[in-house]
Amino acid sequence: MSEHPSDLRYTKEHEWVRVEDDGTATIGITFFAQDQLGDVVYLLLPKVGSAIEQDRKMGEVESVKSISDLFGPLSGEVLEINKDVIDHPERVNEDPHEAGWLIKVKPSNKDEFTKLLSTEEYGQAIAS
Amino acid sequence: MSTESVAVKAQQALKVHQTLWDISVPGRSGVRLPDSDVPTQPMPDAALLRSELPLPELSELDVVRHFTRLSQKNFSVDTNFYPLGSCTMKYNPKINDVIASMPGFSGIHPLQPESTVQGALELMYNLQGILQEITGMPASTLAPLAGAHGELSGVLMIRAYHERNGNPERKVMLIPDSAHGTNPASASMAGFDVVTVPSDAQGNMDLKALEAVADDKLAGLMITLPSTIGLFDPGIVEVCEIVHKAGGLVYGDGANMNALLGRVKLNDLGFDVVHLNLHKTTSTPHGGGGPGAGPICVGEKLIPFMPSPVVERHGEDEQTNFKLTSPPNTIGTLSAGHGNFGVLVRSYAYLRALGIDGLRQASGDAVLNANYLLKRLQHLYYLPYDRMCMHEVVFSGRWQKAQGVKALDISKRLIDYGVHPPTMYFPMIVEEALMIEPTETESKETLDVFVAAMETIAEESSQTPEVLTEAPHHTPVGRLDEARASRQPNVRWRPLETQQS
Amino acid sequence: MTESFPHSYFPHTESQRREMLAVVGVDSVDALFADIPQQFRNPDFVLPPALTELELGRELGALARKNAVPGEYASFLGAGVYRHFIPSVVPAMISRGEFLTSYTPYQPEVSQGTLQATYEFQSLICLLTGMEAANAGMYDGASAMAEAALMACRVTDRDRVLVLDTVNPRYRAVLDTYLLPQGITITTVAPDKVSVNDTTACVLAQYPNFNGGIEALGDLADSAHQVGALLAVSANPVALGMFKAPGDCGADIVTGETQPVGVSMSFGGPFVGYFTCKNDYIRQMPGRIVGRTVDHDDRIGYVLTLQTREQHIRRERATSNICTSEALIATGTAVCLAALGPGGLRQMAELSYQKAHYAATVIGAISGYEVLNDGTWFHEFVVKCPKPPNETTQGLLERGIIGGLDISSSVPNGMLFCVTEMNTRSEIDALAEALGQIAKAV
Repeated sequence: MSEHPSDLRYTKEHEWVRVEDDGTATIGITFFAQDQLGDVVYLLLPKVGSAIEQDRKMGEVESVKSISDLFGPLSGEVLEINKDVIDHPERVNEDPHEAGWLIKVKPSNKDEFTKLLSTEEYGQAIAS
Repeated sequence: MSTESVAVKAQQALKVHQTLWDISVPGRSGVRLPDSDVPTQPMPDAALLRSELPLPELSELDVVRHFTRLSQKNFSVDTNFYPLGSCTMKYNPKINDVIASMPGFSGIHPLQPESTVQGALELMYNLQGILQEITGMPASTLAPLAGAHGELSGVLMIRAYHERNGNPERKVMLIPDSAHGTNPASASMAGFDVVTVPSDAQGNMDLKALEAVADDKLAGLMITLPSTIGLFDPGIVEVCEIVHKAGGLVYGDGANMNALLGRVKLNDLGFDVVHLNLHKTTSTPHGGGGPGAGPICVGEKLIPFMPSPVVERHGEDEQTNFKLTSPPNTIGTLSAGHGNFGVLVRSYAYLRALGIDGLRQASGDAVLNANYLLKRLQHLYYLPYDRMCMHEVVFSGRWQKAQGVKALDISKRLIDYGVHPPTMYFPMIVEEALMIEPTETESKETLDVFVAAMETIAEESSQTPEVLTEAPHHTPVGRLDEARASRQPNVRWRPLETQQS
Repeated sequence: MTESFPHSYFPHTESQRREMLAVVGVDSVDALFADIPQQFRNPDFVLPPALTELELGRELGALARKNAVPGEYASFLGAGVYRHFIPSVVPAMISRGEFLTSYTPYQPEVSQGTLQATYEFQSLICLLTGMEAANAGMYDGASAMAEAALMACRVTDRDRVLVLDTVNPRYRAVLDTYLLPQGITITTVAPDKVSVNDTTACVLAQYPNFNGGIEALGDLADSAHQVGALLAVSANPVALGMFKAPGDCGADIVTGETQPVGVSMSFGGPFVGYFTCKNDYIRQMPGRIVGRTVDHDDRIGYVLTLQTREQHIRRERATSNICTSEALIATGTAVCLAALGPGGLRQMAELSYQKAHYAATVIGAISGYEVLNDGTWFHEFVVKCPKPPNETTQGLLERGIIGGLDISSSVPNGMLFCVTEMNTRSEIDALAEALGQIAKAV
């Protein structure tokens, strides 16, 4: 498993975005993020049907010793949340890019994609 | 079965974990009270009454054995050395407990007519006076029930002061990056916006950074002295001047007061309000997490805003009369009582036992002990601030981290040597922080044993690190699965049928 | 000023001090304080001279003896703090040094005693209140009620609370102190005038209420839930020995003052406030919470859990600023409930109820005195007296009785009397006799 797969896009706040064939976007947190957090114990995710906004707080991810805000990597309507990750938060540590996905969103503004980082750009951001 | 294995099994049985519900036997009897001596009165409508009272049923010996055995699983000051930075785990004198248990103190009701509790009010009045003298501040109240409670009162008073002066727009509370978490939490509860001010490389407040944020939105600054790194900021007077010049007030977190007893008056340095932690500085027992007391001493500007009650003395000689009063612009009351009186009694007894000479002895030996440990350990553990410390010394576990051993592992290994871990990972500005506060009541022998343990641990860190990473080895339980406790919180007992896995 | 003050609390001898100073590399202890600016260092302090332990006992004992002690006086004073029987096992357990002098259990391997006792406290409180989750305790019942209101505002994301006017006035005052600075609006109403809407975060009620009466919690719960608000109840744990649990009536948050169960009145503190809620809200609860888990060898153990809510991690976004609370008192409560058992607690409640109702009957029969309580009430009742309360109080004191609380600010010549299992029939009869005499006095 690549630490930061090249088919994903990233944000400085350590979220990843995968654009699916049907135009929806799947969102999660990166390998780096879960590594920094330690064992994830709880997730507070936006409700299905609610709207998220790029760069605005949309939820929280909690580990034993810390709690971090989740920021919307782009704007849109929440279509689905990953029930498995709610019942088993450890999925986020085990498989942050696949089974550990958090929400699926219908993006509302394609222009926002330009603000997302490539694998190389994200790699540089976390190295600094 | 052989005699030996019976004995082993018996020993193991003693170590088996049991809760009250494991011991409970239906029909077993607890406390009985005398029968009613009044004519029977009609009971309420059954719809209002509960049908079941699902509490465990134990005999008296069951209760005594259960809790006595539990207590034996604890470390305590009575049994172990606790070098916990910022906690001041000094000896808790037994006479204080005896005095607090006297019926005239433990048996009185807070709402009794004041004429019937003049002894209690006199004690509180005298304690106010002693705390005022120690801090140099002109007034005080004993109402807050813990340090954080005192902090909340203090910042609420600062807010009331600015509102009364027609400056409600002063919404910013400045807090150093090294502050204890209760500081920003209290400021937030009082409705302030928290702005963090950085410390400089010497661990003092960065004066330039402070000046940059000391504007007309400033309500005040919360600062701990000595700082949470155990250092006396020599620029403290200037810090207070900068804040005052910008129209703000200075709140002093007195958690580290043990370093300053009898050495300096906080009022002289420019503080407008300070809280004291009586369960730290004045030896009242920690109780496993309280009770404590957090009285506040205030300067002239804030006197009218103090929380209620304040004890006042009226009249003279035989006409002397102590009263509970409310300051004219009080921020209100923080609890239904007058303060944690049982803690106040212990504190008063301690302070009367010490007098000024004893107070200076306490701070003197506390600071001496901390510096002694600094000198003896600085070649083995990285000292981020290479200067004389006050009552506590902060080391960094960074050298050990390079060997794969964390401050957490060092701490857990100390347990195997019978020492409670020091404060870890605080303050946040020091990497792998280990904050050590020996207090004045520990002997040189105890300190030398502690040094020997730390020396051994430093060696183990490079030779046999797994001994550290798997520590502690001799306690009733080892390191616990905290992730599981957070993911599937189990915070109360449930009957078997309703339990989840 | 002497450098050396021989005292049993300070172990260092002069020669040990010299040895240590040499290691540190300074000449004197005073030199260790060089960072304090010269002009502020070593001012004069005026304090009474130190007392030996013998003198301490004598001097503070004299102060203690100046106070009138309920028990030596017959006492009928309640109003939030109650004189109930404290089984001897309670002080025996909590005076043990291992409980008394231990620290907050952040290092669970050496704190299993405190942690398990706290877990048992949480469990007992949940069983008593009919609620799902409890924390390790707050400062007292009043601040617990205030924190309940704050939590309800967080959970519902609303900023208005409704409080019944039958709540203890001292608790009502603490609500102001905690809530107003956060921009929360508080509306006070009579129980029959409850009116909520979708801006209401919670309805706050006391059970039994300040006058001893039993509120209709089920109705309050329904009204609150209809608009998405919570019902937060402050409940007397001894009353819960006989009355229906608030959790079974629909309460979402139940808090209260645990003092009546095994805690000395101690002039108002230290006490412990309990705090419970539904599991859904557990991450919004203030204070420490003890959870059960296992270690690597699968041994059962207890830890502080959900710590990310607390001040040491969350800082300005913490659910509360509370750090040190009242752990020892909570342990004492657990011991007391374990010792009383269901039989003892129920008996304590029913005796208090019976004796209080008897007292109300005999007092109500005295000419000039009127008992105002109607409906169902527990062990406190309001009496309208013929004389002003301060006169009545004085007359009672002269006869060795501490009477009820002066509540004339809300009820003309009103006094709030409380009776518990600690009052004997002859005390009650003597009270009635005294009240009769006081009424007749010119």
